Amino acid sequence: MRPYTITGKKDTRSGFGDAMTQLGRTDTDVVALCADLVGSLKLGTFIKENPDRFFQAGIAEANMISVGAGLALGGKIPFVSTFAAFATGRVYDQIRQSVAYSGTNVKIAASHAGLTLGEDGATHQIMEDIGLMKMLPNMVVINPCDYNQTKAATLAAAAYRGPVYLRFGRPIEPVYTPEDEPFVIGKAVQWSEGGDVTILATGHLMWRAIQAAEQLEKEGVGVDLLNIHTIKPLDDEAILASVRKTGCVVTCEEHMMNGGLGDSVAQLLARNSPAPQEYVAVDDKFGESGTPSELLVKFHLDVPDVVAAARRAMARKR
Amino acid sequence: MAEITQLETIAAQVRRDIVRMVASAASGHPGGSLGAADVLTALYFDVMNIPQERIAQFAPGSDHGIGEDVFYLSNGHISPLFYSILARRGYFPAEELGGFRRIGTRVQGHPTPAKGLPGVRAASGSLGQGLSVAVGNALAKRLSGDDAHRVFVMMGDGELEEGQIWEAAMFAAARGVDNLVGIVDMNGQQIDGTCADVLGMGCARQLRAKWEAFGWTVLDMDGHDMRNIVDTLRYAKNDVCGHGKPVVILAKTVMGRGVDFMAGTNEWHGKAPSAEQAEAALAQLPTTSLGDY
Repeated sequence: MRPYTITGKKDTRSGFGDAMTQLGRTDTDVVALCADLVGSLKLGTFIKENPDRFFQAGIAEANMISVGAGLALGGKIPFVSTFAAFATGRVYDQIRQSVAYSGTNVKIAASHAGLTLGEDGATHQIMEDIGLMKMLPNMVVINPCDYNQTKAATLAAAAYRGPVYLRFGRPIEPVYTPEDEPFVIGKAVQWSEGGDVTILATGHLMWRAIQAAEQLEKEGVGVDLLNIHTIKPLDDEAILASVRKTGCVVTCEEHMMNGGLGDSVAQLLARNSPAPQEYVAVDDKFGESGTPSELLVKFHLDVPDVVAAARRAMARKR
Repeated sequence: MAEITQLETIAAQVRRDIVRMVASAASGHPGGSLGAADVLTALYFDVMNIPQERIAQFAPGSDHGIGEDVFYLSNGHISPLFYSILARRGYFPAEELGGFRRIGTRVQGHPTPAKGLPGVRAASGSLGQGLSVAVGNALAKRLSGDDAHRVFVMMGDGELEEGQIWEAAMFAAARGVDNLVGIVDMNGQQIDGTCADVLGMGCARQLRAKWEAFGWTVLDMDGHDMRNIVDTLRYAKNDVCGHGKPVVILAKTVMGRGVDFMAGTNEWHGKAPSAEQAEAALAQLPTTSLGDY
């Protein structure tokens, strides 16, 4: 296992907010829009320091997305931000036509993705967003795992030219990736090397996967653990190399089984190097109210679920 | 500054282009294209300030339109009109119009920058998005200090049924976007019937009241009187803009204008004429000194 230190506990959305503060000071082309959720998106400092570069869109997300496209067409780098549920499903057509098909340089910053937004329940707990966004040609899809990685991913998204979907969340989580780790879009990060099972994890599930890998390693299982922060473009090379070595794979994500990271991996393997695969993901169900930790247990996205999935995957190897 | 008769000549040729493109493709939207031809001709050949070298050097996908007026077509189905105007203005060779809606061409069924067609900045076709895009571009112009230039956007009157139009209307007024000119093509027709029958939004007076209630300055225009079009557009651009409010022009037009059997009905909203019908239509649209593509 790669050595790491837990340097604190923070929410990934604060990584976004702090990166925006930095971008506000360093790149005058960066502008921000938000649909009545600036506190939730942690945009306070950016707005205070750059009042002329922030546009409050009100509770009108469709307009916000297309206004973002217009700002990009005029040479700006707009970050349009709201909860993931309203940043994707509600405005799919605007993203499809004004952003993806038009190839506009819009960054969709989506907070409160997945189950772990907690008590608000299923109306807000979107777990289809990765699938929706990755199906759009031209769209990059990023789901960072902790505060530091979200901050770095936000800076990388600003530097990248083209549409980006940046997915992060609400809960306070351990910060364990190095503060100075460069973020390369589309490049997996190797966390442990082993020959028995590949574990691929994205977003908040990465922390559960680390703990699961540590437990499995104690039991003598060799785990090849990769953090897949970019679902599209997928790091085909790293994933294929790992699965060819281990012969089986577990994919972990706070998303529906349908259409998420797991399906991207399954497609890659089916076309190149078929292998047993187990999903740690939500099986075609809407979420519900509860605390983040209660929900991860109930929907089988916790550490024991990753461990069990790894055992199942290994048992299916011939 | 163009002479009115020159503009009328261009509009006449554009109408011939529209009929020939749609007939050749055996699909497309002639009605709205013919109806808005005069307004778009005045915009591109008189009102908008676009330096000729910017047209020649237009870089699809990366042209930010700083230092020039910018236009967005929100009701993208009147692409035959938009393409003819762009070609006649010099963005691409007029011969390319002959490929309209054919596989492998840049002149797709609905406008898009994705195929690299000069002059098109954003895709449109799914209705209701163009006003928001134009508002965003107007904000970008403001941030970039390009205060001498405006953003124009054309919408259909049926398109006003889209909720996003009114989100954009609220937003533009609330943010004081006053370097933007909206134009509504008021031909009163949509696919399923008259706008009044499909989803009555009220008469022209009531529609004016809606825009005013949303915080916009509203101007009326006869969309087929070239003098009135030029005067109204120039007035909007030079005198109404810059005073803290967005402006919209309600342009009274006739769908299918110029071809008697297409005029004033929704029947030709999205239907191509047969070869015989096209011949009959072209007989009513005299050739011009500009020549067919």
